[in-house]
Amino acid sequence: MRKLKIISVLVLSLLVLLTACSDQGSEPQGTTTKVGFIYVGMIGTEGFTYSHDQGRLYLEQELGVETMYQEAVDESAEVETVIANMVDQGCNVIFGTSYGFGKYMLNVADQYPDVKFLHCSGAQDAENMNTYFGRMYEPRFLSGLVAGLKTKTNKIGYVAAYEISEVIRGINAFTLGVQTVNPEAEVEVVWTHTWYDPATEKEAALALIDNNCDVIAQHQDTAAPQQAAEERGIAAVGYHSITEKNAPEAYMTAPIWNWNDYYKSEVEKVIAGTWTPENVWLGMNDGLVLLAPLTENAPDGAAEIVEEYQSKIIAGDFHVFSGVITKQDGTTIGEEGQALSDEEMLNMSYFIKGVNGKIETN
Amino acid sequence: MSVLIFLKAAIHAGTPLLFATLGEVLTEKSGNLNLGVEGLMLLGAIGGFSAGMITQSTVVAILAALLAGALGGLIYAFLTVTLRANQVVTGLSLTIFGTGVAGFVGKLFMGRNLPENIKAVFGARPLPILSRIPVLGTIFFQHNVFIYGGYLIAIALGIYLYKSKPGLNLRTIGENPHAADASGINVNRYKYLHILAGSAISALGGAYLSLVYVPVWQENVTAGRGWIAVALVIFSMWNPYKAIAGAYLFGGLDIIGFRLQQINFPLSQYIIDMFPYIITIVVLVFSSIYKKRDHSPSALGVSFFREDR
Repeated sequence: MRKLKIISVLVLSLLVLLTACSDQGSEPQGTTTKVGFIYVGMIGTEGFTYSHDQGRLYLEQELGVETMYQEAVDESAEVETVIANMVDQGCNVIFGTSYGFGKYMLNVADQYPDVKFLHCSGAQDAENMNTYFGRMYEPRFLSGLVAGLKTKTNKIGYVAAYEISEVIRGINAFTLGVQTVNPEAEVEVVWTHTWYDPATEKEAALALIDNNCDVIAQHQDTAAPQQAAEERGIAAVGYHSITEKNAPEAYMTAPIWNWNDYYKSEVEKVIAGTWTPENVWLGMNDGLVLLAPLTENAPDGAAEIVEEYQSKIIAGDFHVFSGVITKQDGTTIGEEGQALSDEEMLNMSYFIKGVNGKIETN
Repeated sequence: MSVLIFLKAAIHAGTPLLFATLGEVLTEKSGNLNLGVEGLMLLGAIGGFSAGMITQSTVVAILAALLAGALGGLIYAFLTVTLRANQVVTGLSLTIFGTGVAGFVGKLFMGRNLPENIKAVFGARPLPILSRIPVLGTIFFQHNVFIYGGYLIAIALGIYLYKSKPGLNLRTIGENPHAADASGINVNRYKYLHILAGSAISALGGAYLSLVYVPVWQENVTAGRGWIAVALVIFSMWNPYKAIAGAYLFGGLDIIGFRLQQINFPLSQYIIDMFPYIITIVVLVFSSIYKKRDHSPSALGVSFFREDR
């Protein structure tokens, strides 16, 4: 009997929730453009979701379009429900900003042929769905230059989330940057197995610092690793967004996102009726990724060398992964005078020489 | 040396778990299973942080965290003790409620740093004499005041539960509220008081995260530690002294992987991630097989109806 009660309470509350949701918008879809954003995390003031939300605000400001968003959406069938709700409320462009959303976006894409789906960091597409991402490895390389010049112990700590190619590629690019200016320095990697957990990220950074690392870099969503650096009086490289105020004595720079221009141009195309699903991987020359301005914590001479490589990358004269690259296990990849293909970079599953860490394979 | 540094760091990492567990032990001793620890921790985290931001006072921040936890406990106690609602469902709702409140109020403080004077209060303060003890001094007595507070509360709670009259009454209620009632103990008043106190202590675990550990407001700082605390209560067999050992053990397990990875220890981080849960299961299995004494309060999770005998 009690069980029955519990179940009926749950069902009732679910019903109330659902009605509350569908009450909000009965506006028919069609003429006006409304943009929906599905976020995997909370917006906050830093991190990946925050960077996308800046893009959303830019859309509102520049194009005057209506937008809506849903935070903390699970990478599950919940995505389909969120999409249905957004379409119901008149969205005809939907950005899904997490890799794990792709499958579910694809599932329902053909149910809503009039809606354009843009999926960040994915691998799937359809007639009304594309995938887009940024070549974050370019600014990562630049941040490696800064870290390589900064370190005195020649040990740089890197707090990393998961053993996936996006993270691995970033670590390798960072290490190449480090070694460009400081061949002696090594990058120590610690896996946290979380994208977002301030306390755990800080612990991982402290473990690296206890092991004599004097610069901390990160592929995590919060500024906690930088706060660990701040607390111990060493330097740090952030990620996703500028977090100088959270670690004023440690933060040197960060590889960051700027979705503004891409979002604006895509939505403009939708409004003009010329949008087609085009899969893109945009780099620094498109302005989608960049290195945040150096603070005074950055070492002397860093600004010049960053500037030098930055202009080469933007001009297309320099590729981060080019020439013969020695892997951690001593084998090599790549050929003299050639850059790795996008395919090779997207499937990167090995560390290069100079990285201390282990990639666990299943 | 690096082992010492690790053990010292384990105390740090285990402290939020210790507060959360101690609070839950107290609550469960009254016979009420509160699965809302995660929510209580978040209430404490935002209560302490927001009060600290507004008043710049450490004392007010701590009091506010306690108060926020107690208010969460009051909601829980009203629902489960007075209205006799299902404890599991109420606890889960409390988690969702606490997460929501912390997220909502936290929007005002998102990404802001705690005032320097509060951070300074929670700087490391080695205790005179004690911190000179070789090994133990380094591990236990070179911390911030919050951590020392954890030791004190755990010991005080142990004395209260096992050496005092009200503690005995409380345990009686947890075992058999009807017998307690018959012997003239005001069961509901005891339940209310201890749920409130327990919730306030749990909330301190959250406050530790937002005031000391990562003193910048961030959404969901607890990241599931409240659930670990629920497991820790079982692990420590509802005993505050064992909770000390359990919390620091789990804290150590939380962070040991990061250090093992750097010496290329041949053990998968994924296995290490599982340890706290594996250990809890093992303890459950063993405590069930060797049932010398069932350690959980017998009336845990059962609502008390005075007329229902």
